Amino acid sequence: MYAVFKRELFSFLSSMVAYITIGIFLLVSSLLLWFFPGTSLLDYGYAELSGFFNLVPYLFMFLIPAITMRSFAEEKREGTYELLITKPVTLWQILTAKYLACLILVLFALIPTLVYYYSISKLGYPEGNIDSGAVIGSYLGLFLLGAAFTSIGIFASALTKNQVIAFAISAALCAFAYLGFDYSSQIFAMQNFETTIASFGINQHYQSISRGVLDTRDLIYFISFCTLFLLFTKLAIGGKR
Amino acid sequence: MSISVKNLSKHYDKQKAVDSISFEAKAGRILGFLGPNGAGKSTTMRMLTGYLEPTSGGAEISNYNISTQAIEAKKHIGYLPENTPLYAEMYVKEFLNFAGQTYRLKNLSNRIDEVIKMVGLTPEKHKKIGMLSKGYRQRVGLAQAIIHNPEVLILDEPTSGLDPNQLVDIRALIKELGKNKTVVISTHIMQEVEAICDDIIIINKGKIVANDTLEGIKKAHQNSTLEDIFRKLTA
Repeated sequence: MYAVFKRELFSFLSSMVAYITIGIFLLVSSLLLWFFPGTSLLDYGYAELSGFFNLVPYLFMFLIPAITMRSFAEEKREGTYELLITKPVTLWQILTAKYLACLILVLFALIPTLVYYYSISKLGYPEGNIDSGAVIGSYLGLFLLGAAFTSIGIFASALTKNQVIAFAISAALCAFAYLGFDYSSQIFAMQNFETTIASFGINQHYQSISRGVLDTRDLIYFISFCTLFLLFTKLAIGGKR
Repeated sequence: MSISVKNLSKHYDKQKAVDSISFEAKAGRILGFLGPNGAGKSTTMRMLTGYLEPTSGGAEISNYNISTQAIEAKKHIGYLPENTPLYAEMYVKEFLNFAGQTYRLKNLSNRIDEVIKMVGLTPEKHKKIGMLSKGYRQRVGLAQAIIHNPEVLILDEPTSGLDPNQLVDIRALIKELGKNKTVVISTHIMQEVEAICDDIIIINKGKIVANDTLEGIKKAHQNSTLEDIFRKLTA
């Protein structure tokens, strides 16, 4: 499994894919956080990061599908998938290796944003006046959200040979998993089950972790979410043989 | 027996791509797998190497069942798929290193140098695979197939698209490898079969229509050319 993982990660790092997607992510997030009027923190007047943490899930909806779209789709199109699967590695090893490589890349995208935490703690009055617990919780939440989106992206990539289709499917699924349940719970006819339906969505669990409280229910939600989609992926690549 | 296939079948809906074939292959011999396009050659090879799952029947590679002991069986197979798919963005050595690691080989860097020398990749060993010519890519494909010194070598059209000089080199290499391994190659080129194969299986519409040694099959058809025999059996 380590060999496949290493190959995946190196192929990201040796191609431009990683640098461009991460670069655009950092560019857009800092533009929105510091420069654009309306979303800028300097206009907002409070030295806190909650705006950033509400923004990133929307960027992840595009960033993560862009990272994951090639994992299976490209190998199937190039035929290297046949080479990979005839090596003595199990399907689970292949897909966890691919999943972890994508997840590491998501982590690489998140790490530079720690600079924002430092700048904002400097901007606070008095200096260093920032709710660190909430920030740590929010970063953990973002990581778990990224893990969930990555599992969706890997699944979408396993469905097709076409990277564009894989991107579109995973972006749509990510958006629905993040917001869809919230919105559909507010449809009038469903109001009796509002909380139940909303609790299926990622948003509610993400918000709950962002408050800085790590509830085991939320943790279990994210773990089972990822496991479920990796299981779907296994079925998608194993079924057609 | 290095390869033993029993009633192996692959059906797609009603179409029988491979229809209950059985054969055996011995070590130290090169088996030529012949048949028209779409006869089921690649499908059979893909089942043996674990890429496709058989609809029914089964096979054993070095006494490991391909369905129930898939990982063990795969460790004993070297496989070169049709059209030689390779990771174009990787360097030759990097790719061979990856292939070797999937087999958890020890002393890998020595083995890589050895294999590079064996397949004649030395002048191109520092290049990216995407920059290589077709002949050298084929050699990289062969190198990854033999890196773990497998007992069984399955090569799907290893010489298609090569120029005459490359053909001679690759054939000589396969012949050399066949001395102590079980080699199965599929091909359309009859001269190639005469040049390197010891045994022949002709497959048509998913069924085996001939299974004999090269001399045996010629004798059975009154010494007519292999091409005529092929056409007679698969028309």
